Amino acid sequence: MLTIDNLHASINGKEILKGFGLEVKPGEVHAIMGPNGTGKSTLANILAGKEDYDVTDGTVTFQGKDLLDMAPEERAREGVFLAFQYPVEIPGVSIANFMKASLNEVRKHRDLQPLDAVEFLKVMKEKMRFVEIDEKLMRRAVNEGFSGGEKKRNEIFQMAMLEPTLSILDETDSGLDIDALRIVANGVNKLKNENNAFIVITHYQRLLDYIVPDFVHVMYNGRIVKSGGKELALELEAKGYDWIKQEVDATV
Amino acid sequence: MAEEIDIIDQVTQSDYKYGFVTNVESDNAKVGLSEDTVRFISAKKNEPEWMLEWRLKAYKAWLQMTEPTWPNVHYPKIDYQKIIYYAAPKPKKVLNSLDEVDPEILETFKKLGIPMEEQKILAGVAVDVVMDSVSVKTTYKEKLKELGIIFCSMSDAIKDYPELVQKYIGSVVPVRDNYFAALNSAVFSDGSFCYIPKGTRCPMELSTYFRINEANTGQFERTLLIADEGSYVSYLEGCTAPMRDENQLHAAVVELVAMDNAEIKYSTVQNWYPGNKEGKGGIYNFVTKRGICQGINSKISWTQVETGSAITWKYPSVVLKGENSIGEFYSVAVTNNYQQADTGTKMIHIGKNTRSRIVSKGISAGKSQNSYRGLVKVNPNAENAYNFSQCDSLLIGDRCGAHTFPYLEVSNKSAKVEHEATTSKIGEDILFYCNQRGLSTETAVQLIINGYCKEVFQHLPMEFAAEAQKLLAVSLEGSVG
Repeated sequence: MLTIDNLHASINGKEILKGFGLEVKPGEVHAIMGPNGTGKSTLANILAGKEDYDVTDGTVTFQGKDLLDMAPEERAREGVFLAFQYPVEIPGVSIANFMKASLNEVRKHRDLQPLDAVEFLKVMKEKMRFVEIDEKLMRRAVNEGFSGGEKKRNEIFQMAMLEPTLSILDETDSGLDIDALRIVANGVNKLKNENNAFIVITHYQRLLDYIVPDFVHVMYNGRIVKSGGKELALELEAKGYDWIKQEVDATV
Repeated sequence: MAEEIDIIDQVTQSDYKYGFVTNVESDNAKVGLSEDTVRFISAKKNEPEWMLEWRLKAYKAWLQMTEPTWPNVHYPKIDYQKIIYYAAPKPKKVLNSLDEVDPEILETFKKLGIPMEEQKILAGVAVDVVMDSVSVKTTYKEKLKELGIIFCSMSDAIKDYPELVQKYIGSVVPVRDNYFAALNSAVFSDGSFCYIPKGTRCPMELSTYFRINEANTGQFERTLLIADEGSYVSYLEGCTAPMRDENQLHAAVVELVAMDNAEIKYSTVQNWYPGNKEGKGGIYNFVTKRGICQGINSKISWTQVETGSAITWKYPSVVLKGENSIGEFYSVAVTNNYQQADTGTKMIHIGKNTRSRIVSKGISAGKSQNSYRGLVKVNPNAENAYNFSQCDSLLIGDRCGAHTFPYLEVSNKSAKVEHEATTSKIGEDILFYCNQRGLSTETAVQLIINGYCKEVFQHLPMEFAAEAQKLLAVSLEGSVG
């Protein structure tokens, strides 16, 4: 589904990704862990198409297509979803209106008819129950005055609405209390099927108690330095990242 | 940062869609302004002596006044001796049907997407078309006449209803009110006149399309609208203008009078040529609009969507004289590229239990400057006066400016005045978030703008609201996608 090969990227001349590689197949959940400042969010942003970065080398192929060649909105319509680490507020646009416009763009791309207001509301209410979001929030402007937890749940709600092929969760767990964490993880688990895939970027092992990954990758200094099964996350939790850093730095 | 500016540029730079020139011959006054010019205009229009006297009085007042410098706008000094003050399209014969209208003028309206015949049938709108200062055609006049409603050009009103004009002209905006009002009073070319008799509810939206179409011609429209006791009228004013290199001065005056229990709803969609992307050309729009709630329980409501003009200087106001009268102001003002707008309202509370509501939405893009200037004044006798003001600013990009100048003068302790203000910005992060959800930048901006302006749009008549949305899309988006 997704093949990232030898990806190099920089921002303002500073190289952040230094030969990043990853293969994601349908039905898989990949966790990417690592200390702060190793390029985890950069990776998420580049996959989603944020323009601040210069990709200097490498390729990203998504379902046989060159992902880096597509505009951000094309990637989204093709089924790439990014749950933002810091979801922005959109003044004056209700979540309902926003999601209706968004969902209908995605449907158009899939050659589906746009949903009319009644159908849309039905789907929306169903998905809202799914992530346990208060219906009252739907009439408010996107993320405006939302608590941290509400913002993150709103991201998962949007993910549920758009049914993406590849979902990237960028530190969705940061700033969440244990209940919100459970709700967010539940959302992901319910959405998971054999045709879609998830990349879960996280700093802590905590989220992985709820979302069980098939693979855990440790990212350090712009690339993956260690990969393993879910037990690797537990090892990291127990030992921290220093031993990995030492291991890597020793080989350089 | 460089990328952000690129995106914003793409979003905000779209060419003026309605730029074209109609080749209609015109019958112009000589360049410049003197007593002779005033006499020429008055004579050209076969005006009675009292009208000429009134104009001359205004001209003399204007000579002693100075151009205001307090608005937050900057422009090269206007040479009033380099302006043509009167231009009338030929032929000027009386027209009975649309077939008699100059085909080129009809073509112009087609380009604007407002074919008159379609408009008449579809919207039931009576359109008084002002094209370069002279009404080319007044429709629905006969039908309105059955109800006793007068809706005609100002020139016709001066001839046919001199007592009404004489009584009310300058009664709301006196000749000496301000520099541009005085200038307008001296040289106004034409405009609309409307009188709704007692107890009459005007069954259709009255509408005027203005259009500046003569190089170097200052436009001086004069509108007077009187709603007699217990009457109701909704009036629409909309305009587009052709592309021009030189600046064109537009100094209109609009006066509204609402008697006991009368209601006037005045809606404007303003789309004068804003100048090009480098800030060259464009209309100077220095307008005085004011209504007076003369009678008890009367109501005047201004709704405006301002997207055009290089410079806008405009404060549609309401004088709340009658007890329990209501004044409202709903405004969307968009500035892009090098446009400058200093706009807002004045609510003057004089009568008891008077109420006013101000909702102002400013949108700045490009390198434009957008100022809200509002005055809420409560006089000593205005017991229980109430005002609510909401002033919101939306910035697109980081090279534009938004300014808010609210003035409060409250001289009655029982008055209640509330003011709320917000500032938001559509930056790269918001656009990226929308892109990531499958929305193009163009759609995203439109979604945000429409959401932001909803509170104002809902006060516009239906078909006008759709037009206004289209206009905002043209003003702000265009080239993306």
